[in-house]
Amino acid sequence: MATEPLLSVRDLSIDFALRTHILHAVRGVNFDLRHGQTMCLVGESGSGKSVTARALLGLVDRPGRISRGTIRLHDGIDIARLRPGGRAIRRVRGRRIGLVFQEPMSSLSPVHTIGAQIAEAVRLHRRLDRRAARARVAELLRAVEIASPEEMLDRYTFEFSGGMRQRAMIAMALAGEPEVLIADEPTTALDVTTQAEILDLIKRLQIERGMAVLLITHDMGIVAEVADQVAVMRFGRIVEQGSVERIFYDAEHAYTRRLLGATRKLERTGVAPRKSEVSPPILSVRGLGKVFEGRRRMFGRATSPVRAVSDVSFDLFEGESLGIVGESGSGKTTVGRMVLRIIDPSEGSIRYRDRDGASVDLCALGREGRRAYHRDVRLVFQDPFASLNPRLNVKQIVGEPLLIAGIANGRALDRRVAELLDMVGLDPLAMERYPHAFSGGQRQRIGIARALALDPRIIIADEATSALDVSIRSQILDLLIGLQARLGLSFLFIAHDISVVRYFCHRVAVMHRGRIVEIGDTATICSRPAEPYTKSLISAVPNPDPRAKRMLNRHRFTAAA
Amino acid sequence: MSDSALLAAVVADDEEGPALTVLRRSRHAAAASIGPWRLIASKLLRQRLAVAAGCVILLLYAIGGLAEFLAPALPDAARPQYTYAPPQPLHLFRTAPNGTTQFGPYVEGYRIAVDPVALRRSFVADTSRPVQVALFVRGPAYRLWGLIPMTTHLIGPVVSSQPMYLLGADRLGRDVLSRLVYGTRVSMSIGLAGVTVSLVLGVVLGAVSGFYGGVVDTLIQRAIEVVSAMPTIPLWLGLAAAIPLTWSPLSVYFVITLIVSLLGWTSLAREVRGRFLALRGEDFVTAARLDGAGEGRLIFRHILPSLTSHILAVVTLAVPTMIVAETSLSFLGIGLKPPVVSWGVMMQDAQNIRTIATAPWLLIWPALAVVLAVLAFNFFGDGLRDAADPYGD
Amino acid sequence: MVRYVLRRILYMIPTLFGMSLIAFLIIQLPPGDYLTSLVANMTSNGQTVDPAQIAKLRQIYGLGDPFYIQYGKWIWGIISRGDFGYSFEWNQPVARLIWSSMGATLLISLLSLIFVWAVSLPIGIYSAVRRHSFGDHVFTFVGFLGLAVPNFILALTLMYLAYRYFGQSVGGLSSPQFEGAPWSFAKLIDLLSHLWIPVVIIGASGTAALIRILRANLTDELHKPYVVTARAKGLPEHRVILRYPLRIALNPFVSALGWVLPHLVSGATIVAIVLNLPTAGPLLFKALVSQDMYLAGSFILVLSALTLVGMLISDLLLAALDPRIRYDR
Repeated sequence: MATEPLLSVRDLSIDFALRTHILHAVRGVNFDLRHGQTMCLVGESGSGKSVTARALLGLVDRPGRISRGTIRLHDGIDIARLRPGGRAIRRVRGRRIGLVFQEPMSSLSPVHTIGAQIAEAVRLHRRLDRRAARARVAELLRAVEIASPEEMLDRYTFEFSGGMRQRAMIAMALAGEPEVLIADEPTTALDVTTQAEILDLIKRLQIERGMAVLLITHDMGIVAEVADQVAVMRFGRIVEQGSVERIFYDAEHAYTRRLLGATRKLERTGVAPRKSEVSPPILSVRGLGKVFEGRRRMFGRATSPVRAVSDVSFDLFEGESLGIVGESGSGKTTVGRMVLRIIDPSEGSIRYRDRDGASVDLCALGREGRRAYHRDVRLVFQDPFASLNPRLNVKQIVGEPLLIAGIANGRALDRRVAELLDMVGLDPLAMERYPHAFSGGQRQRIGIARALALDPRIIIADEATSALDVSIRSQILDLLIGLQARLGLSFLFIAHDISVVRYFCHRVAVMHRGRIVEIGDTATICSRPAEPYTKSLISAVPNPDPRAKRMLNRHRFTAAA
Repeated sequence: MSDSALLAAVVADDEEGPALTVLRRSRHAAAASIGPWRLIASKLLRQRLAVAAGCVILLLYAIGGLAEFLAPALPDAARPQYTYAPPQPLHLFRTAPNGTTQFGPYVEGYRIAVDPVALRRSFVADTSRPVQVALFVRGPAYRLWGLIPMTTHLIGPVVSSQPMYLLGADRLGRDVLSRLVYGTRVSMSIGLAGVTVSLVLGVVLGAVSGFYGGVVDTLIQRAIEVVSAMPTIPLWLGLAAAIPLTWSPLSVYFVITLIVSLLGWTSLAREVRGRFLALRGEDFVTAARLDGAGEGRLIFRHILPSLTSHILAVVTLAVPTMIVAETSLSFLGIGLKPPVVSWGVMMQDAQNIRTIATAPWLLIWPALAVVLAVLAFNFFGDGLRDAADPYGD
Repeated sequence: MVRYVLRRILYMIPTLFGMSLIAFLIIQLPPGDYLTSLVANMTSNGQTVDPAQIAKLRQIYGLGDPFYIQYGKWIWGIISRGDFGYSFEWNQPVARLIWSSMGATLLISLLSLIFVWAVSLPIGIYSAVRRHSFGDHVFTFVGFLGLAVPNFILALTLMYLAYRYFGQSVGGLSSPQFEGAPWSFAKLIDLLSHLWIPVVIIGASGTAALIRILRANLTDELHKPYVVTARAKGLPEHRVILRYPLRIALNPFVSALGWVLPHLVSGATIVAIVLNLPTAGPLLFKALVSQDMYLAGSFILVLSALTLVGMLISDLLLAALDPRIRYDR
């Protein structure tokens, strides 16, 4: 263990002078980064972790300002004191400290080739001619495991997949051979299997090059998989820091415990097992498929049709939660929209058993029939901000379906809305307020109240918790579980996050490239998956237990195209 | 604070939240249940320039509305003896022969001087013949809004036969100030009328385009492309030149409005369609559709309210184009024609450099009026656009 | 890329067709057909009219035929023979009149375009980077004025000021002593000394608009993550801005060519009338006033086609600048 820290942060405070107030985004933060060690800075949104990372490179934008403290490199340079944009700070950037961002697409220039962007970084730190720089870029791309690098360096960002972009981003950060690598949520925008690969790569590079790594994340699972040291941030303060063992098994601060509790909770199931079903399914999908026709353009080649979903079949029973899990582009959202009949299926059938027990063919429904169906089957959206009309108040939003259906108006409407708000754990007095006055979790509750307004039988939740912080996420899931028990609802729960599905669903269907590869009991699929794809997916999920690292010893799936 | 505490208790959060130092109390803190229109208004009122511009616009329309009363003279009352008479400065205090000074507004009369070398006539102020000026004087008879017969003018010479040309006189000895006031009515109203026609055209075509989609949409979009790619002034000229000389001033006015708006609707239609399509795809619109809202309710309750403030801003920003268009056409002599008075018609008298050199006020005042109106609409529209999205911050 | 260029060119054809329809509509708008006016005009000038020739002309232009046949004959004449019709006012084929004035029109439009870009690019960058500085406020204010003053008023004001304070007349493109003189260095200098006034006047509002566009776009781009990435590499600030956000903020700047050119051509028309320049503007105006409709309609068509070419060029430049467009993403 090296004792001398490569970089030490002492009493760092950053203020943002806003129009009506000063936001103390970072308050008195201390930590050290050591040779060959990974430090994880973990916290929920708004905790100040990203600002801290940027401050290490002197990249705090106005109106932000370092108000106190030092950021000292081991040779005595204090980054907090360097003139922004000056020569001294530029020698630190890239050469001493490299930076990797969350969104590789927007973090790379769309109009320059990957090679040009990396070569620029290379030539900034070393005197190389064009040819030599190009060779060096290829070498870097090879180091981040991009196949045929000579060819790839002439490509543009939009020709790369998300994982490849992030690799290129890492190659760029390595160009100046920095001692410290900062990765700010480097895998948040990526699928779970890609995430595992990128984290693998960072770990391997760190060992090879002996760098200190500062990893910013909100995911305790990732922390457990890769961290040596952990600092937990909240509202601009580090509430607790220590070795990963100590944080996970001997946390002192209540917030750390709560964060861990919320994460660990999702490692188990939260629903009571369903008594075996004899009644016919409430929703029955057979051979569902969707082909999106190519766009036709005047004088242009028509874009080729895309098959999004093929041959999907499943049943949903009363009082059951069925999870549909898959990575981006697996077709899970399309399936949800087809069941809702927002998108017309290209093939297959969807049958719904209505309240009277009659079986309805959803594909043959007319306008009126669809309206009746939409009373029984409701949707909860992913984005709690976009799904509520900012110009209507909560009463108008939640009351809208009641008003349209002619079920209630006037006083009765007020009473019903109050009852619904109470049901989702919101203060009924809040009904005169507009959505912008609520936090993300509260908004999602409003969305749920709207979905419940018409006494539905099925709720389709499309990534309903993925925009929320982990502690809020489990609260919303518990709320939904409680509602299910009370109202006998069935859920079709679409998610990319396996832990959420494991917590919430009785059964789960795993989708890959438009098909269901495996469907069955949640417990079985999560512990003993049969299909290789499912195995790789499950094992790529970070395990919030540093003594049982799952992701780094994961099962790898090589897709047959 | 009390009900947010209640909410907090429900989600079981015990920590205090981000650390803030409050500099000044934000009015938004208590804005949780303030409606969107009040938010827009308060956001707009915070922008001083936009508010000032709004006041100027209101003032201009007020002038246009009360033109007959505000103008000291009739716009076409010609007095050849005062051809190109220069502006008279308005004096507020009069010094009596005994040396005492008292309030009593007056302008100095004219004396004709002949330059012995160039043999040119010119007007010189005649201090010995002051023309008394007063407010609410009896002047030439008119009908307010063409209906109410009146003789009172806001300001004018006490003896109405005496000359008062605060902003100078034109070639026929007509009062430039009075013509400017009457011109305000025509020029400002043509902007408003033009933009209304544009808006109707734009909204109807934009809606048709969005509603039917497919071939109709493509056709309308292509038509918009064609029209907006053509240089506007040649096109305006071409259309305006076809108006027969025999038409009455009123029909010319309407046709010019139509021409001016015909070419302005494209940007409006594009804006409306673009915003409409963007909003159609929003989650909250999908939610409303799933709530059972029909097409009409979807548009009028969920889409249009988010659209109106933006449309209002775009419309405001389109008015100056209309005003400039009218002015340009009338200036060239193929827009509005005398006896109609507009700012453009007034500037028609200032077409050649010789006239401008002798009587610069013929150019200066109408030009200033145009620039003021255009600036006011631009500043107000900009402010409105910034305020149009009350949740943007 | 070749496919992209071809598609853009093909795309122009329906637009051009629409434009020609509108131009022809304008030709047809005034009451009475144009040969009748021609005959009336010739007889009033004391010329003899050959009825056979009139009949031939009537047949060539399809007068008396339904609208679409007349249109067909007109457009076919343009495509096959370059024949835009006949100007009775000038007693010349329209085509000859148009080409004789098109040189000066193009020259002035192009120079204005260069002026617009050359001025708005540095100012736009300055205003975006030094946002809310004193200089930015000054430029913003001047820009607002530039947008608000219609260019013919600007032209009149400049004419007046030049006359009043320099005793100089600023109309036209050459001084009287060079009128008709052979080309020489002195004449060129004289031309340039006349040229800058219309160029500045015509370019003023376009410049103001482009400064605003560039300022807004560059300000947006300055806060994008890829700019932070470039900074994090250790690039100096000016290279960060010039290489990354500016490159992307240039897109709307280049595509602005598409509307700046119609705008300039349009503004040039009225300014040319005021300043009496030998361009298409005054000719078009005279043609309209005397209802010489083939000349007028053809001018409108040719000017429209000119702006269409400008749009094509801006599209191609844009594709060269931005790989996303080139690769059709």
